[in-house]
Amino acid sequence: MANEKKFEVHLLPDLLPVYYGRLFPYEQYYKWLSYGNVPKTYFPHREFSFTLADDIYLRPKDHRTVTAFVPLEKELVFDIDMTDYDEVRYCCSGADICLLCWKYMAVAVEILDIGLREDFGFNHILWVFSGRRGVHGWVCDARARSLSQLARSAVAEYLQVVRGGENQTKKVIFNSSDLHPFINLIPDPELRENLSKVMPKCCNSLQRWETIKNEIEGMKNKKKSFTHLTTEIMFQLIYPRLDINVSKGINHLLKSPFSIHPKTGRVCVPFNASDAYAFNPLRVPTISDLIEEVGEFDKTRTGEAVKITDYKKTSMKSSIFVFEKFLSGLSKENAARRLEENGWCMI
Amino acid sequence: MSFSTGKAMITYFHTKIIMEIYSTKAFRRKQKILVESSYSSSLQFYSEPPTGNITLKEFDELSFLRAIERINLSGHAKNSEEWMQKIFEDFQKNKFFIISADKIGGTKNEDVINARRKDHLSHFILRLAYCRSEELRRWFVAQETDLFRARFVRVAKMGADFSSFLKENNLHFSQISEEELKQESVNLMMATYNINSVDQLEDKTFFKVPFVEALELVRNRKVFLKKGFAYVPSSDLVTLVSTVFRSKLSQALTATYKALPQIEDDERLYSLKDFDKRHTGSDYSQKKSASGQQITPEMLNHLSTTSFPLCMRHMHEYLNTQHHLKHGGRMQYGLFLKAAGLKLEDALKFWRSHFTKNMDVDKFEKQYAYNIRHNYGKEGKRTDYTPYSCMKIITTNVGAGDCHGCPFKHNDSNILKQKLINYQVSSDIVNEILDLTNKHHYQIACQRYFEAKHHSTIESGVNHPNQYFEESVAILHGTKTPNKAASTPNIKYQHSVLTSQSQASPSTQSQNAADISGVESMLFDDDDDMDDALFEVAMQTDVNS
Repeated sequence: MANEKKFEVHLLPDLLPVYYGRLFPYEQYYKWLSYGNVPKTYFPHREFSFTLADDIYLRPKDHRTVTAFVPLEKELVFDIDMTDYDEVRYCCSGADICLLCWKYMAVAVEILDIGLREDFGFNHILWVFSGRRGVHGWVCDARARSLSQLARSAVAEYLQVVRGGENQTKKVIFNSSDLHPFINLIPDPELRENLSKVMPKCCNSLQRWETIKNEIEGMKNKKKSFTHLTTEIMFQLIYPRLDINVSKGINHLLKSPFSIHPKTGRVCVPFNASDAYAFNPLRVPTISDLIEEVGEFDKTRTGEAVKITDYKKTSMKSSIFVFEKFLSGLSKENAARRLEENGWCMI
Repeated sequence: MSFSTGKAMITYFHTKIIMEIYSTKAFRRKQKILVESSYSSSLQFYSEPPTGNITLKEFDELSFLRAIERINLSGHAKNSEEWMQKIFEDFQKNKFFIISADKIGGTKNEDVINARRKDHLSHFILRLAYCRSEELRRWFVAQETDLFRARFVRVAKMGADFSSFLKENNLHFSQISEEELKQESVNLMMATYNINSVDQLEDKTFFKVPFVEALELVRNRKVFLKKGFAYVPSSDLVTLVSTVFRSKLSQALTATYKALPQIEDDERLYSLKDFDKRHTGSDYSQKKSASGQQITPEMLNHLSTTSFPLCMRHMHEYLNTQHHLKHGGRMQYGLFLKAAGLKLEDALKFWRSHFTKNMDVDKFEKQYAYNIRHNYGKEGKRTDYTPYSCMKIITTNVGAGDCHGCPFKHNDSNILKQKLINYQVSSDIVNEILDLTNKHHYQIACQRYFEAKHHSTIESGVNHPNQYFEESVAILHGTKTPNKAASTPNIKYQHSVLTSQSQASPSTQSQNAADISGVESMLFDDDDDMDDALFEVAMQTDVNS
């Protein structure tokens, strides 16, 4: 692909000041995290952490001098990391990602987005590509920000279906249960044998799945554990795999939207859940792309009187629109909260 | 149960003390003096402290809590019919006053009122004893909540009307309309636990509450959720009420704990000081090392085969082959090693030697060394972290790629079998172990493994990996004569996860505990986690108020 040219990590120290000086969307960012400044101290009390070269973390609190620093609120966050899918993906592993495995992410975003909106009634959810191989979800409703740790862990566990460690091959069991590694998911020796006979005849994954479905269907009446077997296999293979410890706490650091991934140089851009399938992580601009684009733009438009904001000259523009749309939804909630704080009632 | 055996026990004291204590500044609560005869319901939220004179006999509530703990550990699924039955059989047999307290409509009956008053008094005395450490608070809240729950269900079955109880305690849950019930019937049927057909919805009523009020049901996906509301069937009212009970109690305990310094000096309460210690196990957070010894990274390969419980041995071997452990594993194994006597420098050396096979030293130092120092209390909030107990390990959440947890619970049985065979456990024992794990008796299974390895048994049962380790080292070093494992399968078990024999004082009420021949198994609900979180929240809100 055209923009898959290797990002040169050693350029970062030169590029970052330019990016944060000219391109980072401070205005929108402040608008987001101040949440209408209800209460007034909301933004000033926000914790930010900065990571220096060589992964040195700066957190503004020093436990040796301050003891009463306690996190009170935070967005409810979700972290989906491609490495948790290693046992079900065959294209890449570890930190690598390709368009094939992005589908897992798209499925995860779709499912979580619906669950959070329909079941839990949250409205302000920002999905952000983490810059390399994962996705972060920020649930920003006032109701979500003030959830207790107990409630966060209940939400996370409600949404987490795939569990079980290295020594449990079947990780999804519905109430009433590893092969091609597929076949190992099938607990019944008879069915397993049947399948290993017919499977090699299939030539694509669609056919294989149809074969499995038919075989299970044929044996459904024989055993109780077969009732949900197809669904269980589907869940184990594609259901979102959450790092739920991230969601449970309120002191966990999560990479900020619009920051730059230090290894890939890509911007952590927000995207719409509805566009998740079309999103291409390999096309997300890197910091050097952006700076080049600004240069290109300025070259062609010298001498114009109207000043254009720098980010609008780049391919990051569309991501900022996504962010702004999210913010306009949020601002309605902020306005209602401000009225309420002042003793007004929204009708 | 009485205190007549305790020589030095005070036999009489004044509740006025308690009144004073509960009206200290820390409480900032308006005191409402209860009229003695106003116990209108069987159950109480214990919102107000009692008044009047009381004797130390009124500690009795502790025996119920211990009875419940015992039954929880004897393999009955919590909240099941059977569990309820066992509890009340036990109460009946021991003539506990709870039985009379729970009589319905007994507001005119003197016995009933006395029993309710006793319930009230002993609860408050126990609060004073059990607020002193997080471990104690967690234990107390867990047992009290179970007791409350069991009583609630029983009283409900006897046909009690809770409306006045709910009103007195300011609990209001709104019911959904017929219309809404019809509209959502399919969803309610699909999502509600124990309801499998639309017909079953006929005579049901549902409460619609913000989902945060029904977290237990949400966590287990047992309830229908829509737009942030949980639709809780009236049969689960007990879950809603006991959730409130639990959170109120843990907040109250935290508040009592904060007020302790002002109370501590009162000599009338002196006897309470050590009261709590009799009911917690030995404290592994304070342990310097196993039998005062230190272990080094070089010893681990050997020790893991001779003296580590299966969970730790498994992680050690995983580390030897993969040179990596995920967070949960690093915590479980790392803290175990700390308590087993591995010093910080050695721990850093040990983890570094493995992790740097996959990454450069730099990355290790930046991403992992911090956490190791953190575990030893050298970073962050500087808490010296406690190694995980069996209870915590068994109830832990094991996700994809994790290899921590309890192998007897979290491993597929064929994998467990293979592993045991590789460790040269005889096939009889292997089968017995697999059988035990199928019945959820994970700790007994672990004990069998211990016996197979040592030809000796742990009298008190396995309840902590470090206890396993210390017992093993003691036997192998000959500092302890091996107890021949009982040849009959019915070994007597000393008691539970939370008791230590060493600290039992003559006046404890543990005689019951000694003769339980039952089997222990852990219930895998999330009490532990929940209480952790609750206390954290309670502490936090307090700091900031």
